[in-house]
Amino acid sequence: MYQYDTFDHQLLADRVAEFSDQVDRRLTGALTEDQFRPLRLMNGLYLEMHAYMLRVAIPYGVLSSRQLRGLAAVARTWDKGYGHFTTRQNIQFNWPRLTDVPAILQALADVEMHAIQTSGACIRNVTIDPFAGVAGDEIADPRPWAEIIRQWSTLHPEFTFLPRKFKIAISGAIEDRAAVRFHDIGLRVIRNDAGDLGFRVWVGGGLGRTPRVARELRPFLPAAQILGYLEAALRVYNLHGRRDNKYKARIKILVDEIGIDAYRDQVEAEWHAAGGPALVVPEAEIARVADFFAVPDYVTLPDATVELARWRGADSGFDAWMGTNILTHRAPGYAAVTVSLKPVGGIPGDITADQMDAMADLADRYSLGELRATKEQNLVLPNVRQDQLHALWSALRSLGLETANKGRVTDIISCPGQDYCSLANARSIPMAQEISRRFADRRRLDTLGPITLNVSGCINACGHHHVGNIGLLGVDKRGAEAYQLVLGGDAGEADSSIAQITGRAMTAEEAVDAVEVTAAVYLDRRQDAETFIQTFRRIGVTPFKEAIDAAR
Amino acid sequence: MTQQIVTASRLADGRVLFRAPEGWSTDIHDALVFTPEEAAAAVTRAQGEPTRVVGAYAVDVDDAGLPLLGRERIRVFGPTVAPYAAQLEA
Ligand code: SF4
Repeated sequence: MYQYDTFDHQLLADRVAEFSDQVDRRLTGALTEDQFRPLRLMNGLYLEMHAYMLRVAIPYGVLSSRQLRGLAAVARTWDKGYGHFTTRQNIQFNWPRLTDVPAILQALADVEMHAIQTSGACIRNVTIDPFAGVAGDEIADPRPWAEIIRQWSTLHPEFTFLPRKFKIAISGAIEDRAAVRFHDIGLRVIRNDAGDLGFRVWVGGGLGRTPRVARELRPFLPAAQILGYLEAALRVYNLHGRRDNKYKARIKILVDEIGIDAYRDQVEAEWHAAGGPALVVPEAEIARVADFFAVPDYVTLPDATVELARWRGADSGFDAWMGTNILTHRAPGYAAVTVSLKPVGGIPGDITADQMDAMADLADRYSLGELRATKEQNLVLPNVRQDQLHALWSALRSLGLETANKGRVTDIISCPGQDYCSLANARSIPMAQEISRRFADRRRLDTLGPITLNVSGCINACGHHHVGNIGLLGVDKRGAEAYQLVLGGDAGEADSSIAQITGRAMTAEEAVDAVEVTAAVYLDRRQDAETFIQTFRRIGVTPFKEAIDAAR
Repeated sequence: MTQQIVTASRLADGRVLFRAPEGWSTDIHDALVFTPEEAAAAVTRAQGEPTRVVGAYAVDVDDAGLPLLGRERIRVFGPTVAPYAAQLEA
């Protein structure tokens, strides 16, 4: 993992001192709320329905056990004993007091964390594949590049007041697990014919009010040229982006309006004017950063095929968990484990302080002290020995964290919705809870196979409903909560698609029933081993629409 | 006839407050019920207490003094979902 140097530490010390002073001045009235709001937002502090909310950055989702203990301490000392992992690999605390925030930021700084650029019109936390560095299908590790971009973008003076927020994602594996085509800029690690490492660069993707699948900006950019190129891409956006209308201010709208070719021409011109391919991250610097992410000292192990088969045969719970929550690891004898934060009827992404501490201990014991936060609001233990999987599972079971549903319909992604969020039209969490209960049955989950289900409480789409195979969107129907069901979204690069609307908005109860109907249509119409999304692509939205209408 | 209460967030901790006979209260039962004109005046007066409250606004209420809109009810009573911590204890 990356370790802070004296510069990083100083930056955070200065920022904590600065924000403490700003809070003091706000409390005495020297700063008005209008003056203070942008300052607190720059430190990740929102004012929500019931309290302030602090969003803490987990740089590209990578967490040490020590950091997770630090987050547990924040939850316990200054919040209500829990935190909420978000769809951007961050964590939110729902109840901090303004007067405590300076102390919280200091506690975070002590474990090399902060809340800078988790809000506001700046470059946000870079998101990546949560299995970076360990996935069996990886081309190259995206973490060093995410760290290089993090350092470059942190307090970058030119990009602190962009037209709107700006999100970058990087995927380093064959399967895109970072949704690169739904970000302002998506980078996909590839090698060209000569074997050189680079990025395929996507631009103008995004969700929200105007969902867009990103367009290709460049088929191949040599990796070392990334910062110069990003700088040019952001500069063109910064110049033209619509500051007069926040609904038109994202880069996707700029690309829509001037067209991808014109945008590309301007970026290339800007890039070449500034130095073009000669602008590279020095090789020594790339090597220095990459060293932080060196392959750990794995023990040479055979795959634990025999033991695993025996344990799976003896224990159906373990067998189910092995069937869903394990990803093939690059090192023989190891596995990457997803710890689901989606217990039946639970709140997606919520975790108690005690569970955080326990997960930190498990990471130390079983995963070389490291964890990842995922955009699906789960945790990953990236480096688990296969011969310790059963022991780990038993420990998770005693914590209530052994839910075997990764990638299943109950692995629901949900924003906080109207239970917490000021902007919401409707509640999200109760929808997730009810669907999770309805589909809890093991056989049902397995029969339905891989399905993503996403819930957003409003059109801002923090629950990524546009890319859910099944998505629910909260809308306001004359002051009452209602939900629109959308189908057929896919976040992956190869088959990116935006979900289609099935019909009028429904009550909560009708919407949950409509999800059941959707599942039934799939089971009825699927051929062979088709997954939900494959069947949807073959038969289209109409059969689902008709069945949902008929059931109402 | 439209009746309203006035609510705001407490600056120091963001907690929900209601305009009460004696200043502000965290308890909805203390909330003063206003006519829309009185409520508008109370909202304006709240702007004179910038170190105490943030974002004051008026909310329509029923005869029991409870908000008509679901969103405002959630603001009064808190999240409708028990945090996971509470579920574990239950
Ligand atoms: S999608 Fe809407 S309701 Fe949900 S967290 Fe985002 S802004 Fe709030």
